[in-house]
Amino acid sequence: MAERLSNREGIRGMANPTRYGIERVAYWLQRLTGLGLLAYLIGHIYETSSIVNGKVAWEKMLELTQTPQGHIILTIVIGMCVYHTANGIRVMLGHGGIGVGKPGEPEYPYKAASLNYKQRLCIWVSIALAALAMMYGAAVLFGD
Amino acid sequence: MAVVAIPKASEEATSAPTPTTQPNTITLRISRFNPSNDSLPTFAEFKIPVQKWTTVLEAILHVKQNLDHSIAVRYSCRQASCGSCGMKINGKPALACYTKISEIGSKVVTVEPMSNFPIIRDLAVDFKQLFSDHKKMKPFIMRDDSEITPGTKEFVQTPKDLEKFLQFSYCIKCGLCNSACPTMATDESFIGPQGLAQAYRYVADNRDQGKKDRLKIVDQSHGIWRCHFAGSCSHVCPKGVDPAMAIQLLRGYLMGFRK
Amino acid sequence: MRESIIMKIHYGTALAAVALVAVHILFRMTQKFSDSLSYQNVIANYHFLPYALMLEVVLILLSVHGFNGLRVILLELKQGVAYERAINYGSIAATVALVAYGSRTILMAGMGMS
Repeated sequence: MAERLSNREGIRGMANPTRYGIERVAYWLQRLTGLGLLAYLIGHIYETSSIVNGKVAWEKMLELTQTPQGHIILTIVIGMCVYHTANGIRVMLGHGGIGVGKPGEPEYPYKAASLNYKQRLCIWVSIALAALAMMYGAAVLFGD
Repeated sequence: MAVVAIPKASEEATSAPTPTTQPNTITLRISRFNPSNDSLPTFAEFKIPVQKWTTVLEAILHVKQNLDHSIAVRYSCRQASCGSCGMKINGKPALACYTKISEIGSKVVTVEPMSNFPIIRDLAVDFKQLFSDHKKMKPFIMRDDSEITPGTKEFVQTPKDLEKFLQFSYCIKCGLCNSACPTMATDESFIGPQGLAQAYRYVADNRDQGKKDRLKIVDQSHGIWRCHFAGSCSHVCPKGVDPAMAIQLLRGYLMGFRK
Repeated sequence: MRESIIMKIHYGTALAAVALVAVHILFRMTQKFSDSLSYQNVIANYHFLPYALMLEVVLILLSVHGFNGLRVILLELKQGVAYERAINYGSIAATVALVAYGSRTILMAGMGMS
């Protein structure tokens, strides 16, 4: 009832990337990749800790992670890492007021200057770089 | 001497302009919810005739006048100046008076109250938080001296100075930006794009000297840093205010990119 | 701490981590990927002090950045004094724990205690 009264869209509304253009998709991907990378960081620190238990433990861990499934996960991590970095730099510069356009007299139909082609291009470039990195990563991992 | 003839009743009928387009019929789904009686909103459906120029507000008012008087809707100017009739139209926040049904391109139009605002009844929402956050930004010129001090002149402002904040002063406080914002969807304490954009409007005004005060207000855990530049606010703004730009320019001061 | 300082740390750690993670990945690319993960090779990496120090810095940078990012997301999801305090202190505790656990590996492997 309290939720209904406050009428907040909630997590479902926040995580819905479909309604407000590519910038909202970029925001959603940035969050998702951030959470994914944090999970990977924790997992990576845990898996590498097996080295302190000697060669047998390390090789046992490698047997578990150096599998086709492990390579797929690592390929996704590469994509997440590249997207999060490239889009993160765009967002960071934007947060400093760089590349968000200049204020001026708004004219009908009121296209927002901050949602300009440079921003959209950077988002698409981030996605493309992530895809390329994933392809390269997959080639290295599966080419072994 | 010119003679003006009064047309006879039969002539009058034939000389009246005939409509060039036949009205279409659409289904208007209106969200109904009364917090004191209902636990969940329901949708009431109405089949109504619309013309090419019919706006969503006119469609709602048609229902209110002819089919169901009890629908609660807030409106005033009908020309996108007062900011009263913001609502979700087919899932996206928009002004009902500024949205033509023919532009939506659907035979079914669903109207709901704006998200992230408490519902008063049906389509009318409570603006208390928006106005309170707006006030917190000190939306007035702050300086020690005054234009009305005897012996002083008015503050000089060039067109270039004016351009720095003019577009942000066009905000009509309709709340669409707050409704579209992804942070507002979950964060009840967030100032919101409307308030933050207004903080920048005054910070960018060369007559104002309250920059330090306002930057302190927005530099808190539910302030400017909870904006992630998703741009949804600027996407839905009906006046071209571009709150996303204002917020990033304001944050530029805190990041040290701007002086 | 002011939110602007926290967020400047967030951006700073991100930029520094990008450069150092790139070096970390390049170290894996100097030879065949599976060979670079061989026990002897990894131990040799840990014994190379500059690389071990870099790993420690990367660990700190990514832990601070990652858990602050999580803190931001969690602060936006729910509000309340007790909850927010728990999230703020919880994220610091998680950062310290992860850095401690990762440092243990770097230290023990680096000092040949494995």
